[in-house]
Amino acid sequence: MGFFNKLKSSLTKTRKSFTEKIEQLVIGYADINEECLDELEEILISADVGVHTTMKLMDDVRAGIKKKEINSPQDLQPFLIKRIGEILSTGEDKACIAQTGPTVLLVIGVNGVGKTTTIGKLAKYYKNKNKSVILAAADTFRAAAIDQLQIWGNRANADVIAHTEGADPAAVVFDALKAAISRKADILIIDTAGRLHTKANLMDELNKIYRVIKREIPDAPHETLLILDATTGQNAIHQAELFTKAAPISGVILTKLDGTAKGGVVIGIKEQLAMPVKWIGVGEGEDDLQPFDAEDFATALFEK
Amino acid sequence: MIFESLAEKLQNTFKKLRGHGRLSAEDVNAAMRDIRMALLEADVNFKVVKSFVAKIKERAIGANILESLTPAQAVIKIVNEELTELMGGTVSRINIAANPPTIIMMVGLQGAGKTTSVGKLGTMLKKQGKHPLFVAADVYRPAAVKQLQVIGKQLDIPVFSMAEGSNPVTIAEKSLEHAHSHANDVVIIDTAGRLHINEELMQELKFIKDNVHPHEILLVVDAMTGQDAVNVAESFNADLGLDGVVLTKMDGDARGGAALSVKAVTGCPIKFVGTGEKLDALEPFYPDRMASRILDMGDVLSLIEKAQETFDADEAKKMEKALRKNQFTLDDFLNQMQQVKKLGSLDKILGMLPGMGGLKKKLGDVDMDLKNNKELAHIEAIIKAMTPAERSNTNIINGSRRKRIAAGSGTRVQDINKLLKQFAEMKKMMKKMTGAKGKKGLKGFPKGMQNMKFPF
Repeated sequence: MGFFNKLKSSLTKTRKSFTEKIEQLVIGYADINEECLDELEEILISADVGVHTTMKLMDDVRAGIKKKEINSPQDLQPFLIKRIGEILSTGEDKACIAQTGPTVLLVIGVNGVGKTTTIGKLAKYYKNKNKSVILAAADTFRAAAIDQLQIWGNRANADVIAHTEGADPAAVVFDALKAAISRKADILIIDTAGRLHTKANLMDELNKIYRVIKREIPDAPHETLLILDATTGQNAIHQAELFTKAAPISGVILTKLDGTAKGGVVIGIKEQLAMPVKWIGVGEGEDDLQPFDAEDFATALFEK
Repeated sequence: MIFESLAEKLQNTFKKLRGHGRLSAEDVNAAMRDIRMALLEADVNFKVVKSFVAKIKERAIGANILESLTPAQAVIKIVNEELTELMGGTVSRINIAANPPTIIMMVGLQGAGKTTSVGKLGTMLKKQGKHPLFVAADVYRPAAVKQLQVIGKQLDIPVFSMAEGSNPVTIAEKSLEHAHSHANDVVIIDTAGRLHINEELMQELKFIKDNVHPHEILLVVDAMTGQDAVNVAESFNADLGLDGVVLTKMDGDARGGAALSVKAVTGCPIKFVGTGEKLDALEPFYPDRMASRILDMGDVLSLIEKAQETFDADEAKKMEKALRKNQFTLDDFLNQMQQVKKLGSLDKILGMLPGMGGLKKKLGDVDMDLKNNKELAHIEAIIKAMTPAERSNTNIINGSRRKRIAAGSGTRVQDINKLLKQFAEMKKMMKKMTGAKGKKGLKGFPKGMQNMKFPF
């Protein structure tokens, strides 16, 4: 099953509750009236698009009606596909790769979003591309987080640089950077402890890690990836806002997208944060991490 | 902040309605949209919001506005009461079985915080004199068993696990035998995180349930969950029949609307909330606190309550009369001061108001403790050293009287002069205010307070 089909199947639930509702809406109303627009608004919100982005889309729809771009309920869907596609494809950029030396990926996020699992999948992805990969176990806080990363390292056949539980994460990162340089690794992926963005001391710790990386390799981290759980609601915005202060985020990875109705969160994130979504996690398997493609995503979201 | 708080929004909506004694249908309709958006913004599921708003509307139309509340505050009060009601009472206990062991099963999506919550529950039960046993039934996630073992070791709580590749159902079954032979009176089963739409894994949970008959099945929900919380809770409840919910990661800044959604669709109580990374950071669930968190109102509600208690309506009426007749005396002033003092420290009041944190910091050194404020104490002493006649007519306070008052209150004559001058100014200002705003001007002291300057 190719990527596109996989994405399609994992988004079936979303499409059912989203596209079908829009279709029902089109059938249910002969004309566009306030009731019809209210229902449309509800559909967007229930897809986790978020109030802010929903309001924006609704403003667009109302403007479209005024400009006679939307004349009947039938015009609503294509109009929204186009508009959402625009939002999704802004700020698009490809994965950054170091010119020389190791490409450093710093992986950050709140607790339980799937950082370690995603890193396992990323390691596998780069290994499949014949890159040499080193993993840094800088989550020295959570019980058995190091073991978890080591298991993923074994699976992907990647070296894991680790200290013991409770060690200074910045020291682990320092060692990992040295190892990556001396072993001439292509990719270094750094796993950090899950932390709530509201904890100032933990954000300082993250900032220290970031500074250590910068000091050792000035153009690193080449990617600082914020992992967001797709089931997360509006708090995702706060998370990104505060994390990027401690370690400037270059992209978002959206995990657990194989659950129910939630593709919409991507639209909210892209519209409000203007942060590119780089990868999406669509399953529990090692290969279930896919580069994000706005066009594929928008099409899969709306395709019948 | 992209969004202003609900309180601000409602204030704006109600600006033009000031002075209404009763909420009309139109007033309420205008407010409902704001409430709806605030709840959606807090991640309450839209279906839950819909029925909730309908209920509020019904109650709010025609409701009396209490003397000391603005219409906005009155609506907020209703919303808060209904929210608290919907969130249910506090049931922060585990059903303890008559015949031990009590079996608790923790379920939920990946990354919700099940394993950590198992540790926290264990800590709590151990403190209550129980002898818990942890059961590592998450055989899927790499190192999940190890994680529980590390936590068990930290807490000195035994962990039951089996060789890799064992079936979770078998592990759960065998753990009971272990508990019996080792005199563990509580068994907490840590299951693997799973998607509610994964039929195979949901079936596995049903098998565990059918084989060990847990006394409590707790759904662990991340407080940051969005609209999908409803689907998750519905599925888990339909498949397993939940007994309670543990809401995790409440130490973040998520508004936690998921709590309301989950409660609304499952009807089962939220028993505990996780409030930190440490293993003792598990607290009982307080519906009222959760309600004001979802509304993002700081503790504006307790301020409303406090204001209601402190400024009793009679006093307010008396003062209004006095003001209108331009008979505001130093006695009234003293009275007023004491009412304000009842509110406690200004600091605390600011803390109760959302968005005031910054202001609080800026004020820094300013003496904000109204109860122990020196200037207030001086003013009080001065007024108390006056005769009733002097208090009601400041014009008679001549030089010798001033000297006497200063001596009596332990202050200097300059202080008396200062107070009298400021009081005169204040009176003038009040006259202007009552004149401009007409009859209703000062009704409900808190409103008037915004414009009133204290003489210091």
